[in-house]
Amino acid sequence: MTEPAITPELVAKHNLTPEEYAHAVEILGRTPSYTELGIFSVMWSEHCSYKNTKPLLKTFPTKSPKILVGAGEENAGIIDVGDGIAIAFKIESHNHPSAVEPFQGATTGVGGIVRDIFTMGARPVCAVNSLRFGPITANGESDISNSKAEIANNRRLFAGVVSGIAHYGNCFGIPTVAGEVYFDKTYQGNPLVNAFCLGVLRHEQITRGAAKGVGNPVFYVGPATGRDGLAGAAFASQDLTEESAEQQRGAVQVGDPFMEKLVCEACLELLATGAVAGMQDMGAAGLTCSTCEMAARAGTGIEIELDKVPQRAANMSSYELMLSESQERMLIVVHKGREEEVKRIFDKWDLPWAEIGIITDTGHMKVRHGGKLVVDIPARKIADESPVYQREAKEPAYIAEVKAFRLDGIADTIAPADVLKKLLAFPSIASKNWVYRQYDHQVRDGSVVLPGSDAAVIRIKTDSLPVMSAELAAKVGDPTVSEKLIAMTVDCNGGYVYLDPYEGAKSAVAEACRNLACSGALPLGATDNLNMPSPLKPELFWQIKESVRGLAEGCKAFNAPVTGGNCSLYNQSPAGPIDPTPTISVVGLIEKLEHVTTQWFKDEGDAIILLGEAVDQADPIFGLGGSAYLQVIHGKKNGSPPRCDLEVAKTLHTTLIGLIQSGLVKSAHDCSEGGLAVALAESCISQLIARDTPRLIGATIDLSVVAASRQSAADQTEDKNAALSRDAATVRLDALLFGETQSRIVISCKALDAVKVVERAKLMGVPAVQIGKVGGDKLTVKTASGEFSAPLTELHDAWWNSIARAMA
Amino acid sequence: MNFSVLQFPASNCDQDAVHAVRHLGHSARLVWHKDAALGDADCVIVPGGFSYGDYLRCGAIARFSPVMQTVKQFADNGGLVLGICNGFQVLTESHLLPGALIRNRDLQFHCENIFLKTATNDSPFTSKIPAGKILRVPIAHGEGCYFADEETLAKLKANNQILWQYCDKDGNLTDSANPNGALLNIAGICNENRNVAGLMPHPERACEPLLGSDEGKWIFESIFAALKNKTVAAAA
Repeated sequence: MTEPAITPELVAKHNLTPEEYAHAVEILGRTPSYTELGIFSVMWSEHCSYKNTKPLLKTFPTKSPKILVGAGEENAGIIDVGDGIAIAFKIESHNHPSAVEPFQGATTGVGGIVRDIFTMGARPVCAVNSLRFGPITANGESDISNSKAEIANNRRLFAGVVSGIAHYGNCFGIPTVAGEVYFDKTYQGNPLVNAFCLGVLRHEQITRGAAKGVGNPVFYVGPATGRDGLAGAAFASQDLTEESAEQQRGAVQVGDPFMEKLVCEACLELLATGAVAGMQDMGAAGLTCSTCEMAARAGTGIEIELDKVPQRAANMSSYELMLSESQERMLIVVHKGREEEVKRIFDKWDLPWAEIGIITDTGHMKVRHGGKLVVDIPARKIADESPVYQREAKEPAYIAEVKAFRLDGIADTIAPADVLKKLLAFPSIASKNWVYRQYDHQVRDGSVVLPGSDAAVIRIKTDSLPVMSAELAAKVGDPTVSEKLIAMTVDCNGGYVYLDPYEGAKSAVAEACRNLACSGALPLGATDNLNMPSPLKPELFWQIKESVRGLAEGCKAFNAPVTGGNCSLYNQSPAGPIDPTPTISVVGLIEKLEHVTTQWFKDEGDAIILLGEAVDQADPIFGLGGSAYLQVIHGKKNGSPPRCDLEVAKTLHTTLIGLIQSGLVKSAHDCSEGGLAVALAESCISQLIARDTPRLIGATIDLSVVAASRQSAADQTEDKNAALSRDAATVRLDALLFGETQSRIVISCKALDAVKVVERAKLMGVPAVQIGKVGGDKLTVKTASGEFSAPLTELHDAWWNSIARAMA
Repeated sequence: MNFSVLQFPASNCDQDAVHAVRHLGHSARLVWHKDAALGDADCVIVPGGFSYGDYLRCGAIARFSPVMQTVKQFADNGGLVLGICNGFQVLTESHLLPGALIRNRDLQFHCENIFLKTATNDSPFTSKIPAGKILRVPIAHGEGCYFADEETLAKLKANNQILWQYCDKDGNLTDSANPNGALLNIAGICNENRNVAGLMPHPERACEPLLGSDEGKWIFESIFAALKNKTVAAAA
């Protein structure tokens, strides 16, 4: 087969700039071969090299005494959870493939992240996801209304992605325990699919992706290589265009969860033999990335023969073999002399394997095909000397407009019960049961808090851990471990981030940590997924930069070091860039089973207490900026989002954890989209006993107490203008009920404990006031301007069935 | 008691079944599908999962695994066999149980808790379930709609082979309580000899309060009791 000549056009087609190409020539000391050009193209794509974001990512906090494997070292970070047990977790995006082919895009997103986890030697024990789509319902007369065809397409993408995640996770046998889904026009044509996986292992079982030991053989295991997913990493690092859907379908891989399950079991079984020197999955850029990275990490060289690679199609070129992203494949370096063990185990699982190469001391990655040397690249140079760009950032013009937004001309609500029902039915707020019911969320006997509360909680038990090698088993003795409770959540309000990337990103971290606190957990670490538009436009890069600044500060404040993550840039469709969406997943530890807390009210007569300031008095728009209320009721995505004071948030979370650990808290639910009213309603209606059997429990709330305290606070201020607007706040019912002021949590406790809880919270510096009590079959809310009431059956129906109705 | 839990490629509730049996105080081990020997098993569990990726048809390939011949002999000799979810599908495909499991009527996978009514206590799988007790147990399947022809259904009824049916919290066999469209709300059945049973719900996921329900344990407790009686009878 003749290979095309290297021309500037061909270089440009590979998304390499002339400067990058020149650097490649300099590294090689000659013109690259066609295959080598392909290798540089994928290795230096944003997906693999982080060339546009590296300087920003360095600002993340990444250190803590508990971190065993840190950010950027390996496929996933690993954190100690005590007693010799550790967790490995990471989030990764599959946005572009899912836009083109939602089902397969989502399956391979799950497959890729699950592989990243068992590559570390961990047994994957749960999955989480974060999804974004265009609207699936028409929004009346607001300016975010949508055409029928667009809505139908958004529903198709949503249904396809959900069934793809379900198909892969359910068959593999990993419980999908939590997630979030938002619907907004900004994601139309460019949905976001972020998949998270968490695995467990003992400290001694950590496996490295390094090509160690000169002379060690290199094994390829897993299904044969085909032409699917050619250069997917490069595809993921471009804008989505009109033609891309058709042209790039071939760049989308096809997932086979059955294969992945076998590969996972076989790899964990093989690791227990002690025969493995290093292991790496073939994810983005397939054979290329895995060989280069393994050699670069170990400082060795690697030589492989493509003729030995199992192949699904005839006459595949070296270019195709090196760049294919066929799924469920692993590269394993085995201690010399122990090859038979690989063969025995992979034969047992009926999996293809091939010995394809050897570790060398040359520092070069060499590839032979048909007797010819087709690739000869210094591995460390291509992996480590990828280009790094300091992009220009410039505040976009819209920010000034957002900051100037005021509520003048927006009439206060006069029908709060109707607004509440509308918000509960808004798909971004509504129950996601239509989604998570399709995911097996209980397999592996570990799901303690199921989807539908603030954070998922799983337990790690002795048999969750991978099988030990004989040597380790002898060292450990009694294998029984004390069970661990791990909580996790994923959050990001992209609308907030668009309106103020720094505050919005801080709020994302704060909300994730608040969710953990509500479940009884303190953060251990975080993994981020930057879903961003193009870094090449200064206004868009500014969004990226400010988002990262906010995430970094948030993670620092809550002691949640970032252990790894993913960058997905160029998220823009012909309609424009997406809202910057820096998804953050935070993982935490719950000390004892009795500390596990859920969001729903428990018993009649319990006291309901609001922790945190009811309305941010210093915010000129009282927490309504970027709110679901403004969007759904007034058709506006505008105004500075609620400010996020990290110190206030931290005090709130530690106070709540303290109360929980003292056994005083019966339920805890954070206030987020839709504000206090939605949080109260959800506390009444979100417990599910079984199919078609919710447990509804009412509440009688009196918020006039809250308004009064705010009034007096406003009177004491000196700033006249501020006082004026604060006075406005006291009369604005919408801000009180639906405003999204940060750092607020609704808890319930025994009536007898109410005074104690309020006093203890105040002692810690957290505003706290009893606002009502649990009981009845209605949610009744009294405010300074009157009283409204709604039957729980109506609220539940609006909230529970909204998405199912849209998708019927 | 010794439980042998079969392990097909992509069984994924195998370890959960082992965990549940051990948690309830008995011993369990995995048996690889290519092994033809069950060892000294008192009871065989065919676990849930996606054996062979559910390719072709759920359970259709697993029935040809070498271990299934041994399971057939074991069942013919009166041994207790319980199929859970995919295991139930394997048992119908193997003709150890009548009928078939087809796609859920709404064509979606369902993972949720359901209520189970025990139709009869007259079986080794139900004898210890407290009378009138409605069990709350999870399901997780895409193809759990029990289907059989009229003749088979009549036989099931006549022989008292229906063991569990989907119901609401008060025990009514309503249509809305039926998650998958199963005929007669059937969630689980046994064979004529009453030593082989299959059900779509996952009792092994409901044996500990921290998992939300421990009511699935009654099914295992029934098996333990039956095995104990058997041992006592053999000794006498």
